[in-house]
Amino acid sequence: MSQITPEDVRKVAKLARLELQEEKITTYTSQLEKILAYVAHLEKVDTEGIPPTTRAVEVVNVMREDTAIGTDVREEIINQAPHREDSFYRVPKIL
Amino acid sequence: MAIAEWLQKLKVGELSARELVDQQLARIKSVDNELNAYVQVTAERARKDADRIDKARLAGESLPPLAGVPLAIKDNLCTKGIRTTCSSKMLENFVPPYESTVTQRLWQAGGILIGKTNLDEFAMGSSTETSAFGATSNPWDLSKVPGGSSGGSAAAVAAGECMASLGSDTGGSIRQPASFCGVVGLKPTYGRVSRYGLVAFASSLDQVGPFANNVADTAELLKVIAGFDPLDSTSLKVPVPDYSATLNDSIKGLRIGIIKECFDQIGLDAEVKDSVLSAANHLQSLGAELVDITCPRFNDGIATYYVIAPSEASANLARYDGVKYGFRSANTQSLSEMTALTRSEGFGSEVQRRILIGTYALSAGYVDAYYKKAQQVRTLIRRDFDNAFNQVDVLLTPTSPTTAFTSGAHENDPLGMYLADLLTIPANLAGLPAISLPCGFDQNGLPIGLQLMANVLDEARLLQVAHQYESTAEVMKARPNTAELVP
Repeated sequence: MSQITPEDVRKVAKLARLELQEEKITTYTSQLEKILAYVAHLEKVDTEGIPPTTRAVEVVNVMREDTAIGTDVREEIINQAPHREDSFYRVPKIL
Repeated sequence: MAIAEWLQKLKVGELSARELVDQQLARIKSVDNELNAYVQVTAERARKDADRIDKARLAGESLPPLAGVPLAIKDNLCTKGIRTTCSSKMLENFVPPYESTVTQRLWQAGGILIGKTNLDEFAMGSSTETSAFGATSNPWDLSKVPGGSSGGSAAAVAAGECMASLGSDTGGSIRQPASFCGVVGLKPTYGRVSRYGLVAFASSLDQVGPFANNVADTAELLKVIAGFDPLDSTSLKVPVPDYSATLNDSIKGLRIGIIKECFDQIGLDAEVKDSVLSAANHLQSLGAELVDITCPRFNDGIATYYVIAPSEASANLARYDGVKYGFRSANTQSLSEMTALTRSEGFGSEVQRRILIGTYALSAGYVDAYYKKAQQVRTLIRRDFDNAFNQVDVLLTPTSPTTAFTSGAHENDPLGMYLADLLTIPANLAGLPAISLPCGFDQNGLPIGLQLMANVLDEARLLQVAHQYESTAEVMKARPNTAELVP
């Protein structure tokens, strides 16, 4: 675990698809620094050979019959879109 | 008024469902400008539903278990056709095309939706100050926070703006506001209650649960919302006990563990400590046995949580890209610009901060050091609890190290705010059920909360102990006469 720089925050923001102003980068850098320094306490815990817990209460292989259920909510769903055209989602150019 | 008392009044015709709803709406009108517990009040629907209940009663139909009970729902639970905002600009105009399972069950049981309550944006926070629609105040003292993230649901119950409510709890978001607002709040076992229709924050930790004025009402609500749901693959296929039936069972001989690590905290307020320990002594006087317990990894809960929860959140919140629903930034030139600006303008600072932490913890080169390490410590925390429950039936701690803090106290100090979740987080990490109930008041007249935790699926035990405490300690009889908006 290492020091957090504004460059790290810029990189992570880009990965997370966040467009941040310089001012916010500065604030987040110092806050993340403190939070990650606190989290670094975990380094001291001996976890040699300890399996990770991925969920609180284990449930395995939940199966159900593969049956079709009639749902007719297409209009309701597409209507949620900020911009739609016919039955499509409208977005700005991709490339 | 307790649910049982209300049902009796309804049955004998002393008060109609419509009259009750009108009383509640009037109460909301008179206090909610100051409190801001509600994001939206569904007055018209509530009146219609109430009229339907009254008609059914007059027709001699048998009444369902929550007939006419006015309920408030945290605004991160989807309600079909009714705006569900997560208190975020991102979902300001989102109208879900489906109903969450928990609310569906409440309406089937005769419950009436009175409104959707305020929360920290996307349930991230401990004070309900990060809502995009303004902070909620604490009804005991308007200069204090109600806790969070389910602050609206807790404040609404405390201020008499509804009879009971639902919240969600990822790291303490039901129990801590219940503690700050002097009401009862229960986080069920992970998987006990369906999460279908709950807007996802941290999927391995999130759980829906009730708030009420008393333990018996809490049990009634849990009975309705608990149980297997094929629409949530993490919900457990086990029968739901009659939680009300065992409330009056004696706790003689029951073993209650006092977790040493919780009472050694530097930040633990002395008044809170004294009040909670005297609650433990009270339970002992009822015949319970107190046992000292050690959970060596208990205090690593926060560090573990603040890796796991933001990591899961960063993945869950990736869906808000401005394409299919929710907010979209205007006048952008490309898809990537649209996505980035939508997320920067649509999410508030706390949500962005957690997305950044999570994305960092999951990024190449760090995932083992942070995420995997945290998951391993999570195993150790769980093992501590397993050991503890070999020795005792229930564990007892304060719910929060302090009573309600002043609004703005942690404004520029997110870590300071996070540390306040110390005592509630471990139950989420281990998936255990836990309840908070009032056990006293500090010198400023603010409520103090007692937390009880039990082993997986042992909610009945929690409710039993809580009810025995509540009905004999009579904490509310000693309540100070200083409350601002608590009826």
